[in-house]
Amino acid sequence: MSQASAVRNRIRVLIAKPGLDGHDRGAKVIARALRDAGFEVVYTGLHQTPEMIVQAAIQEDVHVVGISVLSGAHNALVPEVINGIRSAGLNDVLFLVGGIIPEEDFEGLKAAGTQMVFTPGTSLEEIINYIDKNAPAR
Amino acid sequence: MIFRRGISIDLTSNSSYHAPMANDPKAISELRKSWDERMLASLKKVPERAVRFTTLSDMEVPLLCTPDDLDRIGFDFEKDLGFPGEYPYTRGVQYNMYRGKLWTMRQFAGFSSPAETNKRFKLLLEKGQTGLSTAFDMPTLMGYDCDSSMALGEVGKCGVSVSSIEDMEELFAGIPLDQVTTSMTINGPAIVILAMYYAMAEKQGVPREKVRGTLQNDILKEYIAQKEWLFPIEPAVKCVIDTIEYGTKHYPNWNTVSISGYHIREAGATAVQELAFTLADGMAYVEESMKRGMDVDDFAPRLSFFFDVHNDFFEEIAKFRAARRIWARMMKERYGAKSPKSWMLRTHAQTAGVSLTAQQPMNNVVRVAVQAMAGVLGGVNSLHTNSMDETLALPTDDAVLVALRTQQVIAEESGIANFADPLGGSYLVEYLTNKVESEALEYIKRIDEMGGMIKAVENGYPQAEIGNSAYHFQRQLEKKEKIMVGVNLYQMVEKKRSMETLYIDRAVEKQQADKLRALKARRNAGAVTESLQAVKVAAEKGLNLMPSIIDAVKVYATLQEVCDTLRGVYGTYREEGKF
Repeated sequence: MSQASAVRNRIRVLIAKPGLDGHDRGAKVIARALRDAGFEVVYTGLHQTPEMIVQAAIQEDVHVVGISVLSGAHNALVPEVINGIRSAGLNDVLFLVGGIIPEEDFEGLKAAGTQMVFTPGTSLEEIINYIDKNAPAR
Repeated sequence: MIFRRGISIDLTSNSSYHAPMANDPKAISELRKSWDERMLASLKKVPERAVRFTTLSDMEVPLLCTPDDLDRIGFDFEKDLGFPGEYPYTRGVQYNMYRGKLWTMRQFAGFSSPAETNKRFKLLLEKGQTGLSTAFDMPTLMGYDCDSSMALGEVGKCGVSVSSIEDMEELFAGIPLDQVTTSMTINGPAIVILAMYYAMAEKQGVPREKVRGTLQNDILKEYIAQKEWLFPIEPAVKCVIDTIEYGTKHYPNWNTVSISGYHIREAGATAVQELAFTLADGMAYVEESMKRGMDVDDFAPRLSFFFDVHNDFFEEIAKFRAARRIWARMMKERYGAKSPKSWMLRTHAQTAGVSLTAQQPMNNVVRVAVQAMAGVLGGVNSLHTNSMDETLALPTDDAVLVALRTQQVIAEESGIANFADPLGGSYLVEYLTNKVESEALEYIKRIDEMGGMIKAVENGYPQAEIGNSAYHFQRQLEKKEKIMVGVNLYQMVEKKRSMETLYIDRAVEKQQADKLRALKARRNAGAVTESLQAVKVAAEKGLNLMPSIIDAVKVYATLQEVCDTLRGVYGTYREEGKF
């Protein structure tokens, strides 16, 4: 455990809420669980434009970006965030999406650069394990 | 059964006494003690499944309640329970409850363009629904027009897009406004949407007293839970009070605020927190309205409530009963209301969206039925039942129909609607009602000490309490201390989803934007500018905004134009990214 958290506290995670969606229960629970697990967590707060999220990611030089969308606007918002971060020069980032995402949209999100989509019912442990295995070792 | 036998034995052996021993708490307490011993002895053979037995909200609950439990907490039939239709309304606000009028079956609907939602409205009316309920999309809820850059990807997704009175007229086309009651779920820009509705009713020639419906218009719970805000808290509350003042004078049958616990609960609050924070919000509106010089009995009868109805059957029933009792007492004792109509807590309820699962989604039909029954046994006045597919997407026509039919089965087949407060007098239900009430009153006391709910919200108090509860529940799920069937127990590998879901085309965004552009080209630009200037002046002078906003929407000023004008005066609200 101590070894895991020693690794984890070098990993910075940005939890982001793009768009007008106000459903922040999941984002906050996950931010807190990741912090409790030892990661360094930044939460953007609500109603962020993709540009604001890109800026936060660059500023904090994050390893992981978790984008939470429950409004159905993920197909429009997620690619904007990912492209923005990449074109700002931050290339080695693990992109995760969480929320109410219909299965038929998974492929499009993955094509846009999302590594994993977590839908309701996913356990916190699963998400933590995924980040442990897949966060870039910068 | 054992207990009843105990009483009858007792009665026979004491038949020479005047007072029947069955009601003597001491005697019952003795019987109970001896039963407790036998019950504890039985645990050696049948140990309990868990160390703690708790409600969904993690409130510890007893195995059994007996009259001595009620005696211990000071339960008083007349004071605490009374009769249906009478103070303190624990047993419901109508004398004959559902024998007179069934609860209003009101399915929330709204998606895509106004024309599409209009079709859904007509379908629901045709299938026997008795009231309309409008869901708006995110840009509308946040005071942005469909062509705003803030609206990217969100037009028509979570509800219907309304940018102008033209959209509003399309939404209600062919629906006579004097014959339906309309609920509109909007808060931040509620004053503008209400202005559009009043203006539209006026154009239809509907007399003001026949304009019936409910505006959600509960801004405090936005800062607490739903997070759809426009302005800082103080001017936002002022807008709410403006609508109360204007509605009280001019639209006597319009419910000006629907004080909502639903979103507070969905954000993770416990049942007690939902109850306490909602009532505290209501108290804040009452106090602010009274500060403006209104007589409490003039406006309080038009305040209504909206609660969640979640999975934990008895906790929910207790919550509704406690809600009515607390509100009645507050209104009468604290605010000096004299009219029984001011004392009555009338409430809409909606089954719990967060309880629905994407896994094995057909199970949701059962969850909704159980929750709806709790609502009816709790004496709600109006009910929305969720559709089984709502955790996947907006509901399809078929799923909405099953949800409505669920209510109709309860109403027409179960027999529940024959009775007023059928669970009243149950030792357990009365015990739980008192417990939920006293815990909620503890919260209200703490909020009073902070200087009232507006201060508490500014300090982030309810927000933090809810965040803690949400996290606690998630932890309990992980440890399987709380169970969601199909999610953390009884999971199975499912075939590719067989359920059809509703898909909102991005084309709606363009169609709506094109329509808005055409409207802007067509309208009298000078009149729009002038009307917005009048809104600005009213806001700066602190006048009631309602008249100037009605004038503005009549000349086709858009939702965002009015909201931007107000943002210019009031500023905007930002929440820190605390977690």
